[in-house]
Amino acid sequence: MSDTAPTPASTAAILNEDVMVLNMGPQHPSTHGVLRVILKLDGEKIMDLDCDIGYLHRGIEKIVEHRTYTGAAPYMDRLDYIAAVSNNLAYIGAVEKLAGIQVPPKAQYVRVILTELTRIASHLLWLGTHAMDIGALTVFLYCFREREDVLNILEMTTGARLTTNAFRVGGLAADIPDGFAAKTRAFCDIIGGRIKEYEGLLSANRIWLARTRGIGAIPADDAIAIGLSGPSLRGSGVKWDLRKASPYEAYDRFEFDIPVGANGDTYDRYQVRLEEMRQSRRIILQALDGMPEGDFRAKVPRVLKPPPGEVYHSIEAPKGELGFYLVSDGSANPYRVRIKGPSFFNLQAMRRLCVGHFVADVVAIIGTLDIVLGEIDR
Amino acid sequence: MLELFKPYTEELVKIVILLALVSLAIAYLTWLERKVIGHIQSRLGPMRVGWHGLLQPIADGIKFILKEDIIPAKADRFGFVLAPLLAFIPAFIVFALIPFDGPQAFTVGGQTYSGYVADVNIALLFVMAITSICVLGLIVGGWASNSKYPLLGALRSVAQLVSYEIPMALSVMGVVMMAGSLSLVQIVLAQERLGWWFFLPQLVGFVIYFICGVAETNRNPFDLPEAEAELVGGYHTEYSGFRFALFFLAEYANMITISAVAATLFLGGWLMPFPSLFAPYLSWVPGIVWFSLKVFALLFLYLWFRGTFPRYRFDQLMGIMWKILLPVAIANILVTAGVMLYLNR
Repeated sequence: MSDTAPTPASTAAILNEDVMVLNMGPQHPSTHGVLRVILKLDGEKIMDLDCDIGYLHRGIEKIVEHRTYTGAAPYMDRLDYIAAVSNNLAYIGAVEKLAGIQVPPKAQYVRVILTELTRIASHLLWLGTHAMDIGALTVFLYCFREREDVLNILEMTTGARLTTNAFRVGGLAADIPDGFAAKTRAFCDIIGGRIKEYEGLLSANRIWLARTRGIGAIPADDAIAIGLSGPSLRGSGVKWDLRKASPYEAYDRFEFDIPVGANGDTYDRYQVRLEEMRQSRRIILQALDGMPEGDFRAKVPRVLKPPPGEVYHSIEAPKGELGFYLVSDGSANPYRVRIKGPSFFNLQAMRRLCVGHFVADVVAIIGTLDIVLGEIDR
Repeated sequence: MLELFKPYTEELVKIVILLALVSLAIAYLTWLERKVIGHIQSRLGPMRVGWHGLLQPIADGIKFILKEDIIPAKADRFGFVLAPLLAFIPAFIVFALIPFDGPQAFTVGGQTYSGYVADVNIALLFVMAITSICVLGLIVGGWASNSKYPLLGALRSVAQLVSYEIPMALSVMGVVMMAGSLSLVQIVLAQERLGWWFFLPQLVGFVIYFICGVAETNRNPFDLPEAEAELVGGYHTEYSGFRFALFFLAEYANMITISAVAATLFLGGWLMPFPSLFAPYLSWVPGIVWFSLKVFALLFLYLWFRGTFPRYRFDQLMGIMWKILLPVAIANILVTAGVMLYLNR
């Protein structure tokens, strides 16, 4: 990974002293998985860093070439396992686009609800771990308390909590269960107040401000050049959200805002994600109110053989643009599956964001990029 | 040989009692911390071992003792073994000087005994000096581990603990000036004579002392030398088993020390609050109970901080000390001196 971030001239460089090389990870409490960051330090100041990835490589892109289109779907849950539903939606959406399948409106609405719930759950996990990296322990447990509610809803709908395999090509696996709407509404009722609670602990906290304001700032041009997406891009003030820019499923039927930051620092990205949770809640409530009647699944042939061709389908996953590039040779198995995961691109900003900061800021910046190694390594 | 110790029987008995009580207090402080933080974080904390987890500290102690004693192959053995003791022993020595109760605390067999082991005329200086030895334990431990994270932790602790001792020492000067003595017993008696506890006239000093105390004991939001998220375990990354427990206990002992000294200097030590109000009903309550209540109130603040605050960054931590605490502490001394001069004119 290389970009053009300059290394500041330091006392160590001037005095021609050795810099200390520190291996952070792959076993480290706050690299969020098995990321290895090689830091070159002058005291506690970061002169240079390099990210070493690949510790979680499973070859998912190759494995699914030997699975049917439908059989490949559960593998995608293992990419960003914090937001498995989003991965599933992106992959299923790509297959549907390739095969030209129309999804019934009810299934689209349920997909939107589950995906937005997942976005909230993913952001909650991000906030909890990010705050814990910066030393605020309590927020972590508060976030997990609310995430539990989301997982319960997912469990009641799909039967699983983490790797849900939520959708099927053409719609859903089953109709929504009784009590789904009530339980989801109950969650929407509490989450607004709970987000206020997190803000009460962090947003105006002097220490939190000191640790996040101006840390890892990146202007919009650089953010676009590196290929950031999702909240990490919107924190820099770029109003780019695929739910608005190229609506998929039923997103064009809902009203919601795209929050953006101004300075592109860690604090702005924090504010953007908090606001996104509120917007997700808005979308969920609208979808519950406008839930259409009808089928939950379109007629899909038992063995799916899309016509030869290729397709790229991307969605706004909680961490950014998640895209699937599928090539079909007309058989029952995909010829090639290429995954464009947001975390991989977001991680590229590490060097640009960290150099010149301190060791303590590295964990804050890893946290603010909201990476998940399952998706980076695939 | 025994004859030699005879004149010190009183002190020796007190030391034994003190060691037992303080060890117990430290053990149960860990329990209290887990409980308090558990409830702050909407969970229960330890519940399994004993009623509401009351036997948890004992179970933890047994676990630590039974664990394998690991000394890393590349570590400096002498320093590695010495460091936990350097951190642990000074933390206990200080308790000899803390007045848990007044000069005539209790009567046994017609003889009155005091509520402290020793009343030294330079007690405060001695406490400050002994508590600074603890930092040596962290430095030696971090250095002897021969590993990078402990080294970074040790570097942080040197800078942090050594610098925060300056405003800490300055913050108590106001009290010393008002009491006219360095003896902890005399300082409490001075508060009794004045009728006010020193935290009212010396509020600035009290706040600075407590902030520095939090930094001195490596507690949140100043827990940088052992910041888990950044430095894995800080200076004690390579330690395990009972050696780790010694560092751990030293930290808690230091928390109690800081709170006890703060209670003595600023909160009237063993004195009863609002004597004009409570004296008719509560004069039977021994002073050590009031003292313990004050210490635990301060300890609760420590735990509350940990449940609430994020962590400062290293340079910010130093900035707070040099740019805010130190000037304010010096100003506090000057203002105190000025007011005293004016009143005694």
